[in-house]
Amino acid sequence: MPMRAIPLLVALLLLALLWIGLGLNPRELPSPLIGKPTPSFSLPLLQGEGQFTDSSLQGQVSVLNVWASWCSTCRSEHRHLKTLQAAGLAVYGLNYRDEPDEAQHYLRQLGNPYRMVGWDGDGRVGIEWGVYATPETFIIDRHGIVRFKHIGPINQQIVDERILPLVQQLEAES
Amino acid sequence: MLVELGHFALVLALVLILLQGSLPVIGALRGRDSWMAMAGPLVWLQFALLLLAWLVLEWAFVSHDFSVLYVAMHSSLDLPLQYRISAAWGGHEGSMLLWVLTLSAWSVAVARFGRHLPLPFFALSLGVMGWVSAGLLGFTLFTSNPFERLLPAPLDGSDLNPLLQDPGMIFHPPLLYMGYVGFAVTFAFAIAALIQGRLAPEWARWCRPWAVTSWAFLTLGIALGSWWAYYELGWGGWWFWDPVENASLMPWLTGTALIHSLSVSDKRGGFRIWTLMLAIITFALTILGAFLVRSGVITSVHAFATDPSRGSFILALLAITLIGSLALYAWRAPKVGLGPSFAPLSRESMLLVNNVLLVVACATVLLGTLYPLALDVLGMAKLSVGPPYFELVFTPIMLPLLLLMGIGPMLRWGKHEGAMLWRSVWWMALVAVVLGLLWPLSMGGWGWLRALTLVLAAWIILSVASDIISRLRRGLSLPAARLGMHLAHLGVGVFVAAVAMVMSFEIEQDLRMAPGQSVEVAGYQFHFNALRRVDGPNYIAQQGSFMVTHNGRTLTELLPEKRIYDQSEMPMTQAALHRGLMRDLYVSLGEPLSLDSDEWIVRIYYKPYMTWMWAGCLLMALGGLIAIADRRYRRRREALA
Amino acid sequence: MKKSHRRLLFVLVLLGATAGAVALVTAALQDNLAFFITPSEILALEELPERNLRIGGVVEEGSVQRIGEGITVAFRVTDGAASVDVQYEGILPDLFREGQGVVAQGRLSAEGTFQANTVLAKHDETYMAPEAAEAMARAKQQVQEAQQGDY
Repeated sequence: MPMRAIPLLVALLLLALLWIGLGLNPRELPSPLIGKPTPSFSLPLLQGEGQFTDSSLQGQVSVLNVWASWCSTCRSEHRHLKTLQAAGLAVYGLNYRDEPDEAQHYLRQLGNPYRMVGWDGDGRVGIEWGVYATPETFIIDRHGIVRFKHIGPINQQIVDERILPLVQQLEAES
Repeated sequence: MLVELGHFALVLALVLILLQGSLPVIGALRGRDSWMAMAGPLVWLQFALLLLAWLVLEWAFVSHDFSVLYVAMHSSLDLPLQYRISAAWGGHEGSMLLWVLTLSAWSVAVARFGRHLPLPFFALSLGVMGWVSAGLLGFTLFTSNPFERLLPAPLDGSDLNPLLQDPGMIFHPPLLYMGYVGFAVTFAFAIAALIQGRLAPEWARWCRPWAVTSWAFLTLGIALGSWWAYYELGWGGWWFWDPVENASLMPWLTGTALIHSLSVSDKRGGFRIWTLMLAIITFALTILGAFLVRSGVITSVHAFATDPSRGSFILALLAITLIGSLALYAWRAPKVGLGPSFAPLSRESMLLVNNVLLVVACATVLLGTLYPLALDVLGMAKLSVGPPYFELVFTPIMLPLLLLMGIGPMLRWGKHEGAMLWRSVWWMALVAVVLGLLWPLSMGGWGWLRALTLVLAAWIILSVASDIISRLRRGLSLPAARLGMHLAHLGVGVFVAAVAMVMSFEIEQDLRMAPGQSVEVAGYQFHFNALRRVDGPNYIAQQGSFMVTHNGRTLTELLPEKRIYDQSEMPMTQAALHRGLMRDLYVSLGEPLSLDSDEWIVRIYYKPYMTWMWAGCLLMALGGLIAIADRRYRRRREALA
Repeated sequence: MKKSHRRLLFVLVLLGATAGAVALVTAALQDNLAFFITPSEILALEELPERNLRIGGVVEEGSVQRIGEGITVAFRVTDGAASVDVQYEGILPDLFREGQGVVAQGRLSAEGTFQANTVLAKHDETYMAPEAAEAMARAKQQVQEAQQGDY
């Protein structure tokens, strides 16, 4: 028996390695911003006149999504943003390093789930927010404190298991 | 509506597959013929349903149904028809469905051509294939459903990744899956034998055609992927030792070991437990490959978009495969002797060494691929293992293999006289050494490693030629199996010669050029004529025109492009090649130096013997396909049918 | 050959091959590993490392420039806290862009410039290579810890 069981033992070791490796998925990175107030910023609106500022995010639980029209991964998560909008959430957009024309075309084509979109053409505000690459999604409580960050596209699982429960919890907090 | 039909067909197919995985197996264990006999019809039915689902998906692509998320993500209104068809397997979800469909097609082939097998073995094998199908189809349905809707539908899709809009990529995945999936058949045969607890004497013969066919397809699939990378990535490399490539190379290496050890098991009844083990390992490596490529656990430049839930699912599949089959092996592997004895100089001993070397080579690739992950898991360091590691380790393992490849096929089973061998090979060895030593001089440069490699390549080619000629001269027949083997070995020789030549004598120049300028590389003059704008169906491109002349004679005009695709705005380099028997000329546009000048960074390559490389791979695959046409397998079938 | 002899031969061949492979693998690994390091960690180095390094981060805005008459390009890679000058001779990947993630492999020169022999940008997604993200995250954490220390 021992000789014949050797392949099995080797396989178990390999599986353990892969299992732990899978858990190391680098997408769930703690953001230094979490638990901190949002950086202060002021950006022109992508559509219409006015400014999108850090105070726009205060007073209610809000979702801030960083996106760009050149980002194909953003397209794939777009419908989940619509789900969030349909659920009554305040979804804001940060249009990162983009051309206004193309960004507007993108929203016309795919639909606009955002209450307001700030245009961050040179990416300076994005850097303040610690944006690595689009898309990224933040949840901010009504006092303007960042409570959650997700790097990469959101999917149904993240919407159901992370975002919606957290938003409910934050809304319950006074 | 049609899309829901496709989804429904998948669900129904899963139900049938679960029946296929249970009823015949129970029938085999309880000895009920009628239950076992259901395996065949169930396989045909699930294939029909999967095919229907596939056609629905294709239809969604062809008819621009962007209400299907997968279509919206991988197609667009401007995408040409042939790429809309191939886009169906251009992303993760569709390629999984193609994989499942291919597996189902192979199950049908087993049901059709395996009717001569004893009924319990037949039923068990199809049952095991049903488990494999259930795992993969379950994965597709629950984590990667290609029929997921996107409502409201966008007006246009976000287009297929430009890198995949290429003929090479149309055929690469299907061929690769044909190879992967074929090894599920030998796996199923191995598990069926383990469940029965006995290895029928004919077991190896049943396995052989399936193993060789899968091997041939896998060879083609890998070669096509490499061929594509060579011209499409725009930097002229053909193998990068990237985890994704290693994922397909590993089952190829153990699969190669498998087809060789099967020949000992078949002809001499030896190595049978080892063969069984190889069948299990090869299949497990195909699943491991899927895990590496699709889970995001390993950093690779061309892995699929990842999702941790997918990773856990495939890891579970891999765990079930490995633990299940290896526990079964530890518990039930029948006590079978090593087979008839053999001398140190014999066909068996050569094949033994062949197997050891191939498995060790596979282990070193696995190690290099997983080493960064292992250190990361242990929290020791974050690092990466570079291509030089693989080249350094792979070469010394492969060189002895090439040496033995020239001798092995000449040796007799059991025992071969050393003196006799020497009489038949001394002149070959001499010619090979002379040829090999002179060969590099034809390119104007000499070096030990390249000379040694070329000696070995010449040695293999000569040994193949001499065996064929001597058999024909002595009036002996040349069965398809032997001819196939020789072709495949010849392919290896040609391939190895090409690798040695390209790696030693390629010339790569990156330089600044503006229209009107000329440069000479390897004796060829490249004149940068002009730069113009070209509008493609779904992209715009800057196209350079290069006139190539050699010894004052105009050879060709090369038209490399820098494309920007409309939907994704993704830039892409389209290289231009002039292929020849002895060398490829390769021009690609790097990047403009600045916006206001028309000076570009241009890449000009001279790649000797590249055509030999592809020809070598084709010969290997062709050899495999000819070998399975051997009467030996067919007669068996007719006699028992 | 007798059965026991054959088994012995088999074991010997296997052992020999394994030993050879292990020796080979160890030697090859020794020289061909590239350790992952962040720009902040490079700045904190006291000695010049004698091996291949792999740095990750984001290409700094406006830092990309061609040098001289050749094809050398220089740019800065930042992890948000520190940045390193990188020089590379050759053609950058198609998806190399300012403000996007990048991974460069090469050696650190005595002057502190990173001489890259490979530059990678993820080529089928806009999503950055995990290594680049990791560098940014590590730097952020260090900055944060340093700040907390000040309070």
